[in-house]
Amino acid sequence: MSRASLTRAAAGAALALTAACATVRADEKYPPMSEPLAQAECSACHMAFSAAFLPARSWRAVMAGLDDHFGENAALDPAAAQQITAYLEANAADTTRRAKFMRNLDDSQTPLRITETPYWLRKHRPGEVSPRAFLDPKVGSRANCVACHRDADRGNYDDD
Amino acid sequence: MKRLAFLPFMLIAAAAPAANAPGPDTPASLTARYAAEAGAAPSAQRGAAFFAATHVGGKPDTPSCSTCHTADPRAEGRTRAGKAIEPMAVSRNPTRYTDLKFVEKWFGRNCDSVLGRACTAGEKADFIAYMSSL
Repeated sequence: MSRASLTRAAAGAALALTAACATVRADEKYPPMSEPLAQAECSACHMAFSAAFLPARSWRAVMAGLDDHFGENAALDPAAAQQITAYLEANAADTTRRAKFMRNLDDSQTPLRITETPYWLRKHRPGEVSPRAFLDPKVGSRANCVACHRDADRGNYDDD
Repeated sequence: MKRLAFLPFMLIAAAAPAANAPGPDTPASLTARYAAEAGAAPSAQRGAAFFAATHVGGKPDTPSCSTCHTADPRAEGRTRAGKAIEPMAVSRNPTRYTDLKFVEKWFGRNCDSVLGRACTAGEKADFIAYMSSL
């Protein structure tokens, strides 16, 4: 494929994605994962989500269940798991005051998916984001933040 | 429009992740190691059948290697979370099967996900032989 046709193909894909994704204007910035081991391990299969998206109790539960991580084995050796859990706990949503991802989250709830938190659900409710956008093959999964939030890897979810 | 002009380049960069550095092993040395452990000669043909097969006993969302890696190991795969997976075939990705520790980690995870058990040394030898033959 020539460079020109590659560029055309990519531009086409970009336009198609723009069509699938809603336009968002908000102050949505979260510290990206900064610990190198956590970054490397968590990003093997999906984007390294910010620790600020879940409370510490959720991260503990996620890290304790890596043998069946949403339908796949993502087991780590115990030392690595311990190091990553410590990072996630220290930077979790409930370590900062008035964290957005703690809004309307009851103390009795321990969400395992970021997409199950009340805040995520509200920001992506039908009307904000078309439910069909998540079915777009280029998106593929609600876990694929970067499909629409193109700067998500750098912690910027302010897409306008 | 100014913003869109950069998109093609960003997408190309996302579709072609930087190659990892090769490790201390080679596909041939790992195939030989697993074959010696199995006490049987490796077979790329058996590896091909294993890769394409629909297995039972594993986790329901991942019945086959090809679920995420596609039917053609020379192609880029995709995780269930939507992230690109670099090709499995050595010819398309020379950093594959060059680090025993990395290889063992992923056989450990994925054999459990797909088969519900550890892979045998013979299956590992056949798998890498197949990936080296493409």
